Amino acid sequence: MDALNIENLTKTYANGVEAVKGVSISIPERSFYGLLGPNGAGKTTIIGIITDMVVKTSGRIKIFDKDIDKEFSDAKQLIGVVPQEMNFAIFEKVIDIVVQQAGYYGIAKKDAEKNAEKYLRQLGLWDKRDEQAKSLSGGMKRRLMIARALIHEPKLLILDEPTAGVDVELRRDMWSFLTRLNKSGTTIILTTHYLEEAEHLCKRIAIINKGMIIEDSSTKEIINKLDKQSYILDIASPMKKKPEMKGCNITIIDDTTIEIELDKSQNLSELMRLLDKEKITILSMRNKANRLEEMFIDLIENGKEGKEKGKRK
Amino acid sequence: MNLLVPLMTIVRKETIRIFRVWRQSFLPSVVTTTLYFIIFGNFIGSRISDMAGFKYVDFIMPGLVMLSVITTSYTNVAGGFFLSKFQRSIEEMIVSPTPNWVIIAGHAIGGMVRGLVTGILVMLVSLFFTHIKIHNIWIILIYFILTSAMFSLAGFLNGMIANSFDDIALIPNFLLTPLIYLGGVFYSITVLPEFWQHISKFNPILYMVSGFRYGFLGFSDIDVFFGFVILLVFTAVFFIINMILMKKGYGIKS
Repeated sequence: MDALNIENLTKTYANGVEAVKGVSISIPERSFYGLLGPNGAGKTTIIGIITDMVVKTSGRIKIFDKDIDKEFSDAKQLIGVVPQEMNFAIFEKVIDIVVQQAGYYGIAKKDAEKNAEKYLRQLGLWDKRDEQAKSLSGGMKRRLMIARALIHEPKLLILDEPTAGVDVELRRDMWSFLTRLNKSGTTIILTTHYLEEAEHLCKRIAIINKGMIIEDSSTKEIINKLDKQSYILDIASPMKKKPEMKGCNITIIDDTTIEIELDKSQNLSELMRLLDKEKITILSMRNKANRLEEMFIDLIENGKEGKEKGKRK
Repeated sequence: MNLLVPLMTIVRKETIRIFRVWRQSFLPSVVTTTLYFIIFGNFIGSRISDMAGFKYVDFIMPGLVMLSVITTSYTNVAGGFFLSKFQRSIEEMIVSPTPNWVIIAGHAIGGMVRGLVTGILVMLVSLFFTHIKIHNIWIILIYFILTSAMFSLAGFLNGMIANSFDDIALIPNFLLTPLIYLGGVFYSITVLPEFWQHISKFNPILYMVSGFRYGFLGFSDIDVFFGFVILLVFTAVFFIINMILMKKGYGIKS
């Protein structure tokens, strides 16, 4: 069953801006799905429509087969949302914010308090439960919004840039929390600007540009579409002469670091043999990060505006 | 879903907010009406002849209670709902399955809690200045509760259409206060020339003040049953307008 099924979704704002132009997506149950795109691409508008914060112009949305227009209450019970901007009452206590949210989903106070303890502990906020939300740090506020979104134990969790402005350590903690949550059966949809994050977490990615889907496939497939692979090599001594090889471009970064860009058609073993022949000792080698970023920029800049994919399921 | 749970959640949340700032919630109305009782009851009241056959301070007491009920119910919901829009915490309710009528009713009950507690405190203060008796307790209760409900719903509408904190103060200052003061709080409309008596009857607050006064004194400028119908109609109209605007997501959804 699809956790989320969107058909021909459109949104035109009152000022005439067409934010979403016929988007169709199917997100299977239990998947970890990334929604990527530049600023203003339409990601937040789509999430707003799914969560009833934005009124759609046309199209149909189903959450676990429940139509959000016809089975309003059942569909909403299945979704938890972590918005991009802080949206809680800053003068209220952490525990009250979470318990009240459960109340809006019809969960009695006693049960809500149990769930609140479970998620506040898991997200490291239990010690802060009696503090006013305004006193929390930026990272804690984001975790509070995650705890609040999970309080009614939704089957579909939507996170709109949850790690924006969060330090590296906390981001890693959030990643492992979300991975555990996904493994326990929760379908997760994530929008992010950190492509490394999408590559690390998401099994499937949709790229949105100008209100249309321009790519929708598995993360592995997207990365495989890259024509070139880039590697960073640490070498023992300075390279005197750059070895020549077809389909391979070597850039000297400093005396002991070189970057190699290798066409997909070329063989890595051949490159190694060439370097060995030139008496270049390799101390270590790693993939250059941001592979997805290269693909993303390529897709956006090459103007693939998704004419053929905009209405693809 | 048991809708009593989200309803009580909103009521509890609003009540906690009101009592957390109790000095701001209740004291201003109590202090103001105490001053009214001192000035109009003792200082000036003793020089004013009876109004409709009643001692002046006894005559104005029900109106002063209504004055505090109307203003506190209204401003509580208008300010509270606008604040939740401003902080965007209203989104917590919008994304949930809580129906719109529960959101409206929850906020309105919150406003009624503040309006009615303030009204009771003002009545307690009045015991020191008046010798008023109860003529009909049921009329007092009906007018007390319905007036608070109606102005809580009107405040909700103000909170929803307001775009700034200025918009919250605009209606209470320039519409509500003149209507209250010209609604027979300090006088019976029978003292006015006939023309102004007719004009006064277009002021809905006259019906609330007079009906509530009837519950204490057995005297009213208007027909008490008609006043009750007016209250019911206005309460229903404000509720329906709020429902329509909530469905559209006015000022909340884009």
